[in-house]
Amino acid sequence: MNKQNTNQTEKGGELIRVSGLKKQFGSLQVLKGVDQVIRKGEVVSVIGPSGGGKSTFLRCLNLLETPDGGNIYFEGVDITDKNVDINLHRQKMGMVFQHFNVFPNMTVGENVTMAPVLLGKKTKDQALAMARELLDRVGLLDKIDTYPQKLSGGQKQRLAIVRALAMEPDVMLFDEPTSALDPEMVGEVLNVIRELVSTGMTTVIVTHEMGFAREISDRVLFMDGGIIAEEGSPEDIFDHPKNERTKEFLGKVLR
Amino acid sequence: MIENIIRVWDKYWILFIQGLGITLMLSLVTVVAGCILGFLISLLRMSRLRIFHFRPLNAIAGIYVEVIRGTPILLQLYFFYFLLPEMLPFLNPSKIVCCTFALCLNSAAYVSEVIRAGIQAVDKGQTEAARSLGLNQKQTMMHVVLPQAVKNILPALCNEFVTMIKETSLASTFFVGELMTVYRTISGALFLTIEPLIIVGIIYFIVTFTLSKGVLFMEKKMSASAA
Repeated sequence: MNKQNTNQTEKGGELIRVSGLKKQFGSLQVLKGVDQVIRKGEVVSVIGPSGGGKSTFLRCLNLLETPDGGNIYFEGVDITDKNVDINLHRQKMGMVFQHFNVFPNMTVGENVTMAPVLLGKKTKDQALAMARELLDRVGLLDKIDTYPQKLSGGQKQRLAIVRALAMEPDVMLFDEPTSALDPEMVGEVLNVIRELVSTGMTTVIVTHEMGFAREISDRVLFMDGGIIAEEGSPEDIFDHPKNERTKEFLGKVLR
Repeated sequence: MIENIIRVWDKYWILFIQGLGITLMLSLVTVVAGCILGFLISLLRMSRLRIFHFRPLNAIAGIYVEVIRGTPILLQLYFFYFLLPEMLPFLNPSKIVCCTFALCLNSAAYVSEVIRAGIQAVDKGQTEAARSLGLNQKQTMMHVVLPQAVKNILPALCNEFVTMIKETSLASTFFVGELMTVYRTISGALFLTIEPLIIVGIIYFIVTFTLSKGVLFMEKKMSASAA
């Protein structure tokens, strides 16, 4: 399963370009000017201590947080421009949350088909066929008519991944997808992400699972104090960290 | 005393039942109209229209709710009892219309708070998930937030109806014919104060107790069903 670390230039063209991204909550400067390019097919992990800006960075990529400064280009369009219809671009950016956020008022199947049908991407039959195929891939096909209330945490998160995939996104954003799970359920969710990555899906994942980040990533970003303090291949970051803060952080989490 | 109670009931039960009918009608009309008006007010209260840093719609709705909640309902009844006929002399509104109007405006303020709280109680993550899929604000509201909010709101609205059944007794100040007015009429005619009061109390209690239990049952059923 170990993915060969490929040279960035071998990957596809630019998918997301972030320049000078700044975000402030009250008087707290969470992002202090982040620059980053994510290419098609790339798998990028974001690691770092809590409060370092990882999640805020990820949530800015699809404008769930409105940046205070800087620009974000997605497929060549500056989505921070007020005249851009962000809803259209969000359809192409799947997001998976720490707390799953599956819709409790809909069945598993409806969770998956609602957005593609409502937004006119698919007919009801097409969406249902796709939902069945995707749910089968993550082992939830037999749950298609049940409500999420009856699912375990791991099953909910797999459903959330399928729900995002049903919009056929160009990039998947994962915000600590296993942090709220019981330990015995982490594996099943990581397996789904691993499988997704192997299909070539462009992926940005904020995670505390260091082994997993090392295994799947083309590139690792270490964020601390609102900036990307260090970035490089998994080997660079995990075996030969140069930045003092990276060393200190990894020293604490990898014992 | 018990003999007196039975005698009064035997002789005047039709009046008590008629009074109860008017009480229930008054409460129902009040709450239904209050719901519609309250929903509109809650929309105003959550609107995002802003002129610089000022949100005019939020402010209007906020002041309305605070004034209604901050003044006695009896005062509001007096206010509209005197104000409406003066403002709309050509309609010549009857006493009960004035009282209904006042109770509606009162109910709307409370209902708007119930609806607002019900909507805001829906986890923010639900909105974020819907928006991340590309749904716009309106679609998110219609398909994700409101269906979940209804579960929070509906039982509270039924409780508002139960509360209103009791509040309408204040309208007896103006002899509008509801249950408490019946008490005042009968006690005046018979020079009996306690006995008819006990009868009226029992009627109020039976109705509100039954309805409250019904609401509890509905709440349980709703939280048991997954949808």
